[in-house]
Formats: sequence, structure tokens, C-alpha cells
Amino acid sequence: MKQATIAAIRFGYGLGAGRLAGSAPDIMQSLRAADAMVSAYPLLSLAEALALRRNYFKTQDAEASGDPEAVKAHEAARLAVADTSPILLRHVVARAVASPAPFRERLHLFWLDHFTTRIRGGGETALAHSFADTALRATMTRRFADMLRAVVVHPQMLLYLDQTSSVGPGSVAGRRQNRGLNENLARELLELHTLGVGGSYSQGDVMEMAELLTGLQFRPKDGGFAFVANHAEPGPETVLGRTYGGMRRGGLDAIFAALDDLSVHPDTARHLARKLVVHFVSDRPDPALVAHVAARWRETDGDLMQVYDALLEHPAAWGALGGKAKQPLDFIISAFRALGMTGADVMALPRQPFQEMVVNALAGMGQPFMRAPGPDGWKEADEAWITPIGLSQRIRWAMRNPSRLVKPLPDPRDFVVQALDDAATPQLIWAVGAADTVAQGVGLVLASTEFNRR
Amino acid sequence: MVRNMTRRGLLGRGAAMIGCSTAAHPLLSTVTLASAQWDTRLVVMILRGAMDGLDVVRPVGDPAFAALRPGLLGAPGLPLDGFYEMHPALAPLQPLWQSDQLGFVHAVSTPYRDKRSHFDGQDLLEAGTGMDVPLAARREGWLNRLLQGLPGLDSQTAFAIGRDEMKVLSGSAPVMNWVPSVSLTVSPQSRLLLEQLYHADPLFRDAALEAIELTELAVPDATSERGRALAQMVGEGGQNAMIRSLAGFAAERLFQDTRIAAFSLGGWDTHRRQDSTLPKALGQLADAILTLQTGLGPVWGKTVVIAMTEFGRTVRENGSKGTDHGTGGAMIFAGGALRGGRVLGRWPGLDEADLYARRDLLPTGDVRSYAAWALRDAFGIDRAVLEGMVFPGLTLGDNPGLLR
Repeated sequence: MKQATIAAIRFGYGLGAGRLAGSAPDIMQSLRAADAMVSAYPLLSLAEALALRRNYFKTQDAEASGDPEAVKAHEAARLAVADTSPILLRHVVARAVASPAPFRERLHLFWLDHFTTRIRGGGETALAHSFADTALRATMTRRFADMLRAVVVHPQMLLYLDQTSSVGPGSVAGRRQNRGLNENLARELLELHTLGVGGSYSQGDVMEMAELLTGLQFRPKDGGFAFVANHAEPGPETVLGRTYGGMRRGGLDAIFAALDDLSVHPDTARHLARKLVVHFVSDRPDPALVAHVAARWRETDGDLMQVYDALLEHPAAWGALGGKAKQPLDFIISAFRALGMTGADVMALPRQPFQEMVVNALAGMGQPFMRAPGPDGWKEADEAWITPIGLSQRIRWAMRNPSRLVKPLPDPRDFVVQALDDAATPQLIWAVGAADTVAQGVGLVLASTEFNRR
Repeated sequence: MVRNMTRRGLLGRGAAMIGCSTAAHPLLSTVTLASAQWDTRLVVMILRGAMDGLDVVRPVGDPAFAALRPGLLGAPGLPLDGFYEMHPALAPLQPLWQSDQLGFVHAVSTPYRDKRSHFDGQDLLEAGTGMDVPLAARREGWLNRLLQGLPGLDSQTAFAIGRDEMKVLSGSAPVMNWVPSVSLTVSPQSRLLLEQLYHADPLFRDAALEAIELTELAVPDATSERGRALAQMVGEGGQNAMIRSLAGFAAERLFQDTRIAAFSLGGWDTHRRQDSTLPKALGQLADAILTLQTGLGPVWGKTVVIAMTEFGRTVRENGSKGTDHGTGGAMIFAGGALRGGRVLGRWPGLDEADLYARRDLLPTGDVRSYAAWALRDAFGIDRAVLEGMVFPGLTLGDNPGLLR
């Protein structure tokens, strides 16, 4: 198979219009180029999200008066916040469809899943925007330590993993208000975000980490985040044998020092290397490839560009396709791309069709956007997605939606080549020719194993 | 024609799998099942997120209890046996308790210890193994291993219901999955072509065949009193509509050919404001059980429901009026086949010295042995098979006499 076909399907969103990176150096080059998509399809800043939030709660207070004007004002504020959820998804899809660097978009979704959070309801829905772009996208081509710092202080994460309700029991606020620890963020930080569940940490490390994290707080009036010294548990904390902070701990430095150490820990290197290989290459990862990526992580202290380079340069990353199934969001995006849609086409889709063909379709296939069931995110294994339910939803999508998206539909015999090039098997090419209608022919391509695997 | 083809394919697949797993487990030759025993229905609910057993079944008779949780206990509990009270949100199940069709076991856990991860804890709960078994051997769920030992199995004997992955039922024995929205409707020509396209890829082929099968599955029987009562309950709407729909489907299948059903209930991870979060989860649990009772009609008398969770929660409330991940917890039994009206288990006490790691309820029993005794009494499974194959490495201990 052509290397360009493997590159597009394994490390991107499949073939489609436009020239795509066809080799490892090309892919790395596309990642070093300026990120054009982030300005073409921008997301809200943290300040903008907080302004929406402020307006939501302010009008909510006023609404209590029952004054019809105030009720209307709150309804408008509520809709303005609620709209930011489908906008986030639409911009993510538009970027992935239009991007000259599809690998960047794949990485973005990889990290958005690694640091799983849920889109919040009410006034806080828009916080996910800057979490996606400022905390993750802007740091995912730097050191992992930079990403970890950005994630751990972001309100989206502080709220999702209950850090907002964790107070050092021996702190000023803890003693005065009789409040205590919530271990959630500390635990997932060790178990999911860095060392991995097989990592060399104990319940004692979780407790100490939880105490060390006290003081991190969501403070909308201070720009979203503040270190609140009188929430911080006094005294040093020992995590994985290293001691952070002192008796008068009052800042972020001790927390960041612990995060930096976690980011370069050999367990973190192994956990993340394996996770990248599983996500991009195979549910049954080649140990040599994992070891190669993990070694680069350790050698470069988690320099993520170097890590991606290690992944891409290894021959085991270029083996035969088919080791994975596309997750539902990837399926929909690659279908859009295969059908020749542009970013502008995605943006021009009216609200209702977008809701049906993207938002609801994702939920039906088992992957509602940013609503994973737990902080461990979405499953990787192909059996998790190619279920009777998941597959029947894909088939239905493939048969019904293309004719709503492009007019006229392409000839299925051309479409199979456009979508899969030399990844199409002779059986698929034959079956597409034997379909009873053009729509069914195009649908067969999108429903095929070749299109759904990578 | 197409339909016949797919049906044959599906049954052929199931038969092949039974043959395969029989060969792999010599212990099976010891299993003998009378068809009358195989009449019992089993429902397993996995309560994901770690149910706080101490709030659901409150040991109010322990003098240390009240002081550990000054901010958690809202409304008073419902008296059970003098020592324990039941959470008030379980009030809809009180009639079941009074008729011995509801029971609890306290201070139990899986062998999982110390890391208190939901995901690992659930994996171990569903695998039904100890911590000493290598990860690779934990891929199959204990309910699936049970199925591997049962003769006369077909693809509808066991159902995993809902969107959550049910590892407890996954493995080499054939199992069906269902969610309310499943359906596969394409033109006959496309179906034929898809079958050919998927033929070489077993994952796609089996998923598509099963989707076709599920699409054709009978809807609730509206001609009987039971079916109409069930349909009304499922159609009621409200915030528990989804769970009633899952439990309703389970009831309908179990009333017919299915013998084992498993599904998940979420919402138990009550780190904050437990007084308002836990009642929602308990409300769902109560609704699920009552939907099963209604939908099973006369078959409820032959039914055992087991609800189990990955671990318990801290004995002390945390700083945000909730509880954190702990160890020992409770399990819940229901059903007309149950000898309920009792809280089983050996109470370890709540003094500091009695706790596990000075923070959690000390487990004095293993959830697996209670599940195993239920399987033994319900299906007549040999003790050797339970200890060697379904829950490898488990020692059953004395029979708690769960069933009538």
C-alpha cells in the first residue's frame, strides 16, 4: 500500500481533497507550520467564557424578581452560554475537515480525551473552549510539563474533578469551616494523567498529592483561577518519595514542581507512549514501538514534538492498516472529508441537520461529544465501537446522510477511489458497482470495514 | 431468504462457541443441570461509581456511626432490623422488605484493595477473580464463565443491556446486547452486499448479524395484563425513563427465553452533597427493581436480582458533604426467589481500630461468595465449578441460604 494512503488514514482523517502529508517528515513539517485552523475557526477565551458565565448568574439573580424583561434577559444569557457547546463541536469538526495538518487535529482530540472532562451545563458550558485551545492545543507541541501545568489550573478541570471542593483540613479555611480533602483530582492525576494505574504510587501518594493540590481554586473574579493560600494544607507533602513545599507553603511553585517531576517520571513516559501507540497504530501495540517512544520521552524530558517524531519515524508505525476501528467522531469527520466537504460547508450546515448528523449521531454511536462516562475517557478497543448498536447507527448514517450533504452525489465507483484509494479491496469495488442506487453505493463505501478501520 | 441466512449464521456461531469453550474447560463434565432448576432468572446490576453502603444500609445501632457523618444524614432512615436502617430514598422498596423479597449484605467487598480506582475496581468486580490473577486472565466476566458451563445455551440466554460495556458478561460464550435505539433497516440488496463485505471481518460480521436479529426481536406482549402494566411503567417518562426502559426490556426478555440479564446503574460517586446526589441513584435503583417486578409478573417468584458495586466509601464524610473512595460496602438482593428481610454479613465495627486503613469499613466478607451461593442455589451449579471456574480461587465458606 502507498505510504501516503497509510499516512492519511492512520495519522489523519483519511483521503479527500487537497494535498496531504505522505511521510513521517511531511507530517512533522505540517505540525511545525503555523496553526492556521485556530484562527480560522476560533474558540472562546477564558475571559469570554467567564463574561458569559457572569452574565448568566447576574441575570439569574434578577430573574427572581419575576419582571418579564429580566426573565427575557436571563433566557438570552442562558441561550448564549448553551450555544457555545455545539459551536465548540462544530469548530472542532470544521478544523479537522479543512486542516492542512490533520495530524494536529488528531492529536488535539487525543489530548482532549487523555484529559477527559465533561462540558458543563448552566453558566459554565463555555469553559470547555479555552480548556481545549489554551490548555491543550497551545501546549501539545511543547513539553508535557507545560500541558500538565495548564490543565491542572484550568477551571474546566478544577470543576470536573472536584478540586473546587477540596480544602486542606489543617488550613485556615479547613479549620474554620470544618472542611476537608477531596481526593478526586489527585487520584486521576496519578492514575490517568501521568503514571498510569500500574504506576508506582500508593494510596499514601494520592493523599499527599491531594494535600499538595489544596489551594488550587476556581475564582471567576480573579480571571478563573487563583491559589487560595488559606485553603492550602500547611506543611510539606511527600509524593513518590520527594518532598514539596515547606511549613509556610503559600504558592503554586510546590505544586508545579511536583507536576514537573510527574511529567518526566519513567512510568509517565511508558504510560503515555503506550497510549499514543494504541490510539494511532494498534489496539495490540508493538512493544518495540512503545519502548522507542517511551525512550524518547525520557531522553527529552517529555518534549512532545520529539515524542511524536519518535512515533512516526519507527517502521512499526507504518505496518498494514486495519488494527483499529475509527471512533464515531473520526468516522463522521472522515466521511465529511471523503465527500469533499470544506470547512465552510461544515460551518454553513443549518442548525438542525448539524444536530442530527453530528451531535445526535455521535450520541447514537456511543460517543456524545465531551461526555465520556468517566475521567478515563473513551475506549480504544475496536470491540467497544463496532457493536450491533454502534455499527447499525453507522450504517444508517452512511446510507441516509451523504445525499443531504452533497448534491449531486458522486458516482460510487469514483467515490470508492476518492475515499480509499489503494486501501479499497477488489470486493468493495465490486460491491459498490452492484449497489441498487447511487446513495446505497456511496453508503456502502462509508459503511465498509475498509472505511471504518484504520 | 436473506433473513434465513443470517439466522442460520447466528445460531451456527453460537453453537460453535459452546463447543469451543466446552473443550477448553474439562470441569464442565461435572455440571449437571435439571431443566427445572434452569427456570430461575438472574439479574445482575453493576452499580458504577462506588455505592456508599454505609448510607444505604445505615448501622445506626453502632454507637460510633452518627459522629462520623454529622453532615450527611438528612431524613431519618427506615427501620430494618433494629441495628440497621435503610436510606429513606428506598421507601418504594419497603413492601419488598416486608415480604422478604429484599435483603442486604454488609461489610463486603471484592479482593480489590488500596488503590481505590473505579475502573480497576469495576474490572475486578466483573472479572470475579482475585488480585493474584494476571490482567490477561481477567478479560472474561464471571457471568460469561458461568454461561460457558451451562448446556442448552442459545444466543438469547443472556442479555447485556444498555450502552455501558458489561464486562461481567463478556467472554467467549455468546451474549446479546441491546439498547433502546438499536435498529438496522437497509434495502435487501444492501444487506446482502454488506454481509459479503463484512464476511472476512468477524467483528463487523457478528455485529451486523446481531443488529439484524435485535431489530426483529419481539416487542412487549400487549395482550396480557402483565405486558400492559409493563408498557405503562416503561412509558411513564421522567428522569428515570431510561433506566425503566432498560429494566423493562430485561423483564420482557426474561419473561420469555432469556435467563440472565445484566445492566449498569450510574450516579454513585457521591464526592459532593451526598444528601442530594445519592437519593437520585437510589431512586433509579428502586425504579429498576420495581419495573422488573411488574414486567416479570408470575416469573418474579423465580427471580433473583443482585446489585453490586466496586467498593464502598470512606466512613467519615469528606470536606464537601460527600464521601471518598473506600473499601468495604454493601450489596443488595431482591426478587421473589429470595429469602430476604435480613441484613447478612459480619459487622466489623466503626471504632478507629476496627477500620480498614483507619478510614474505610473493614470488609468481613467477599461479594463473590454471596454471588456464588446465589448461583449455586438458583442454578444448582457445583461448588467445585464455582470455586474453580466461575470465581477461580474463591473459597465459598458456609451457605448463607439466600434463596427460598
